Amino acid sequence: MSALPALSVENLHVEIVDARGRTPILRGVSLEIGPGRIHGLVGESGAGKTVLAKAILGILPAGAAVTEGTIRHSGRPLTDAASRRGLLGRDISMILQDPTAALNPVLRIEAQIVDVLRRHLGLSRPASRGRALALLDAVRIREPARVLRQYPHELSGGMRQRVVIAIAFACDPLLVVADEPTTALDVTVQKRILRLIKEQQARSCASVLFITHDLGVVAKICDAVTVLHAGRALETAPAAELFESPRHGYTRALLAATPRLDRPDAGLRPVPEELTARLLRDAQDYDLARRDA
Amino acid sequence: MLEARGIEVAFPDRSRKPLIGPAPARRVLFGIDLEIAAGEAVGVVGESGSGKTTLGRAVLRLLRPSRGTVLFRGRDITGLPEAELRPLRRHMQMIFQDPQSSLNPRHRVVRILAEPLRSFGLAASAGEARRQALSLLERVGLPAEYGARYPHQLSGGQRQRVGIARAISVAPQFVVADEIVSGLDMSIQAQILDLLRALREEMGLALLFVSHDLSVVRAVCSRVLVMLDGRVVEEGACAEVFANPQHDYTRSLLAAIPLPRIEPGWLADATDRS
Repeated sequence: MSALPALSVENLHVEIVDARGRTPILRGVSLEIGPGRIHGLVGESGAGKTVLAKAILGILPAGAAVTEGTIRHSGRPLTDAASRRGLLGRDISMILQDPTAALNPVLRIEAQIVDVLRRHLGLSRPASRGRALALLDAVRIREPARVLRQYPHELSGGMRQRVVIAIAFACDPLLVVADEPTTALDVTVQKRILRLIKEQQARSCASVLFITHDLGVVAKICDAVTVLHAGRALETAPAAELFESPRHGYTRALLAATPRLDRPDAGLRPVPEELTARLLRDAQDYDLARRDA
Repeated sequence: MLEARGIEVAFPDRSRKPLIGPAPARRVLFGIDLEIAAGEAVGVVGESGSGKTTLGRAVLRLLRPSRGTVLFRGRDITGLPEAELRPLRRHMQMIFQDPQSSLNPRHRVVRILAEPLRSFGLAASAGEARRQALSLLERVGLPAEYGARYPHQLSGGQRQRVGIARAISVAPQFVVADEIVSGLDMSIQAQILDLLRALREEMGLALLFVSHDLSVVRAVCSRVLVMLDGRVVEEGACAEVFANPQHDYTRSLLAAIPLPRIEPGWLADATDRS
């Protein structure tokens, strides 16, 4: 395990540059994930969570670009495709919300896992088949030999996500980017998948960037949290501290909006419109100040 | 207001259809009983495939149960043909999960809201329907100028407000709301539930609230049905069911909800293998 942070993002700016000018998406985001830590990135839609994930993985959509700041993995700057070569899929892997999109629909599960093991770890075909069985067993799939012969569409959503997790952790990665990995799942399945991610993370000592809109999920799996709004990191804190004494008004508002089954009188309070309006004004002021500088 | 007895629904199972002859039926609901009083909010919770959406559609007669009876205001509507259901539709409405697919993408918001008013004869003229549509927008917290927009020009929360406006436009007595806040951000979810609560109080609506999220059901409903594989496994007052769940499945559902507080060991008691 290296002592360098698996991920360090410094003053990251991502903008969409087109004929109408520059539209800021991320406004100077910084965060650092130490070895073997699960770091939550929480925010509402449009906050820029997925854009940050894509910037790390080097898969920003056409038109969007990093215009300032740095992303480092174990000390090495990730700038272009060349700097990520050999890292993606091995040292850095991902788990996305929709496991269907992550799996190739026309290949059996076996071919998809074996491909990763052969390419990144250079295993022989028989060796990688044995390893694939062990990986499926580790993500608690009941009949791994049968599942290896199946196609993605023959599996349930929860099973598909298990396969994706098995692949993500197959090469003992240093960093796993998980973007809303349990959002589409039923609560009972979500709980099992969360436990699985935690187990695999602990076994491989990987660091995880865990993106979610659900503070409940953050509380259950993350060591630290960054709260993102309008492309700005408003607050970063150890999870225990964030839930005990949230510092930023938006964090408090988001907590008050989250339903509380344990406290029926609390929760489900809408985020005050004045607060979101003020935060958006702050973001615009930030853009103006930056343009003038 | 609404009474359903022994509701069963079966769909043809095309995956097992023989070469010749009809596909065998696959039952998705097994003898469901349900009663909703005027002004009452009843929740239906369950996971995907539990049959909760089908139940909502069956009591509105958007589909026809294969067995059982549905009484709406004391009248048996189980076998009514669509022509006879039509005048009743004014009094029983549905709010859908995804307003993106339930609102006509080619119509402006004002037309989406004005059309049911005209077709149920609740507005004497096109101008009157338009005027009522604009005041509906205001009631659901949208500025009148949004009437000129198309559904795709609205955010998810705004579209859901239009979905609610359309359902209440005809002043119904009973509404089925199917997963109306799933997929919305926490802050938007809170706003939409706030709106629903205000409208219910104002109009005395009876509500069947279908959701996979128990904490939301608890906030909205006084009574709840827990469904599993097409059956009701537990039923009772929300306060009672959530404080003192009787069925193992209800207990596991409750235990799976991640509350926004630190609970060491919460993950460890997840059940295994699938």
